[in-house]
Amino acid sequence: MSRIRASRIEMPALVAVWVREWIVFSYFWRTRTFAAVVEPVITLLAFGFGFGKLVSRVDGIPYIQFVGTGAVATAVLFSAVFSAMFDSLYKRRYQRVYDAMLAAPVDVDEIVTGEVLFIGTRAGIYGVAPLLVAFIFGLQPEPAMLLVPLIGVLTGIGFAALGMWFAAMVSTFDGFSYVISGVITPLFLVAGTFFPLNRMPEWLQSLAQLNPLYHCVQLVRDCAFGLDPLADLAHVGALCAFAVLAWWLAVWRTRAKLIV
Amino acid sequence: MPFSRSPSLSQATTAVSLHGVVKRFGSVLAVDGLELEVPMGLCYGLLGPNGAGKSTTMRILTGQAVADGGGTEVLGHRLPAESKLARARMGVCPQESNLDVDLGVRDVLEVFARLYRVPSRDRAAAVDRALALAGLQQRANDRATNLSGGMQRRLLIARALIHRPELVLLDEPTVGLDPQIRQELWSLILTLRDEGATVLMSTHYIEEAERLADRVAIMAAGRVVAEGSPAELILAHAGREVVDVHGSAAELSELRSRAGDAGLPTRHSGPSLTYLHADSLNGRVPAGVRRSATLEDVFVRLTGDYVE
Repeated sequence: MSRIRASRIEMPALVAVWVREWIVFSYFWRTRTFAAVVEPVITLLAFGFGFGKLVSRVDGIPYIQFVGTGAVATAVLFSAVFSAMFDSLYKRRYQRVYDAMLAAPVDVDEIVTGEVLFIGTRAGIYGVAPLLVAFIFGLQPEPAMLLVPLIGVLTGIGFAALGMWFAAMVSTFDGFSYVISGVITPLFLVAGTFFPLNRMPEWLQSLAQLNPLYHCVQLVRDCAFGLDPLADLAHVGALCAFAVLAWWLAVWRTRAKLIV
Repeated sequence: MPFSRSPSLSQATTAVSLHGVVKRFGSVLAVDGLELEVPMGLCYGLLGPNGAGKSTTMRILTGQAVADGGGTEVLGHRLPAESKLARARMGVCPQESNLDVDLGVRDVLEVFARLYRVPSRDRAAAVDRALALAGLQQRANDRATNLSGGMQRRLLIARALIHRPELVLLDEPTVGLDPQIRQELWSLILTLRDEGATVLMSTHYIEEAERLADRVAIMAAGRVVAEGSPAELILAHAGREVVDVHGSAAELSELRSRAGDAGLPTRHSGPSLTYLHADSLNGRVPAGVRRSATLEDVFVRLTGDYVE
């Protein structure tokens, strides 16, 4: 049997968290997958066909391919942040799953880490769906696109952690209205998904640098239309920094809610 | 057990020890200088009215509440620093169900076998044993949410026992259960103790403490006000026999103030006034129904003042 060490994130604890998540996912995968895949695909088709009639090319790229690559980030964002927010609040407040788990030898940082990795990985995989649809509309497969799931997972981990942090700051589902309208919607709109940011005012472009989703969008486009190694490393660095910061905030606030 | 333990002198004989433990929630003092020693191998009852601090004490022991002052050791591990090590060796059944109702019955046990680090080669057997313990073999594949209240409570207890813990914490284990199920649980609790586990059980059912507990601590307002075996407590605080005197509210109030003046210990019990230590106060107690003293007499005498 494994020796138990206090104040460490231990693999058996993470595995236990993943097994629980996997079992729940195996019950609900149809609805989860439908929501996570179909929504961004519909968005893509609506923008691609609707807006694509007005704008044929953006930055030299056919508009539907421009949106198709950008919508990867949207799919990752929504899948990660909403799963984390709603599941975490439900498990803490209503079903009291965390309360039960914490009586066993597992600590808050292990629960948060395990769930963030699980939700983030799933979101990264779902994020590939819009890309597959974009293939139908003429996007050329490129070897670098094999990196897209990894970019999705990295982005997803950050947004899953952000969602858990939000969940640890509210007491009811209504409390999420503020972060959905005030944080998630702006992040989603000002990320260069639907329109390029280089025509926007200077200040908005600078602000977009702080948007993790923007870095994800840029990385996915570079995988599809040509890598720019130095800039892309900077994007990866930004996503890593975001993931670490969001994870730290999620652990800190969740612990404050659960250990009194 | 192969879990690492920190050395402690008291470890061999003491399962739980709390010294001068204080816990505040805002301006509310939930635990106020608590002193408690639970010896290994006993069924120990924590008895007290609602709000006495029993559940807070339980949550301090699981590391889910951190004391503001004092020292806490569980199975020789100092809390909160070594709480994870202590939790590996104890099982907890909470007052309110926190069953993972989205999962199947077997899944609940499987997840907790992993959380409690039951080795993979023993895991299936541990899950089967827990299913048998809960009497839920036929329902192993049902969702926990579809079980009756009594079945859910049994699953909750089986979940706490999946790793054969040395210490079992039961917070109000039989609240809201049918009499048959309560009695089943009582025999389960005694079986656990007889197999060598230490059981720490909080309850506000006096009967439950009297039937099960080898020793009892009576709590009121965040402290232990009396401690001992039920027989010792009864003898010390209520005597061998008591006398119930029935009468109108006015008569009882009159009797009580006269008893107070004469230094006779009494306690209210609804429509009657109970004279305690009646066996040693021959001739000074009014006529009434004479009966053996019970733990309830002790409980109401010691905690009555604290109840609003």
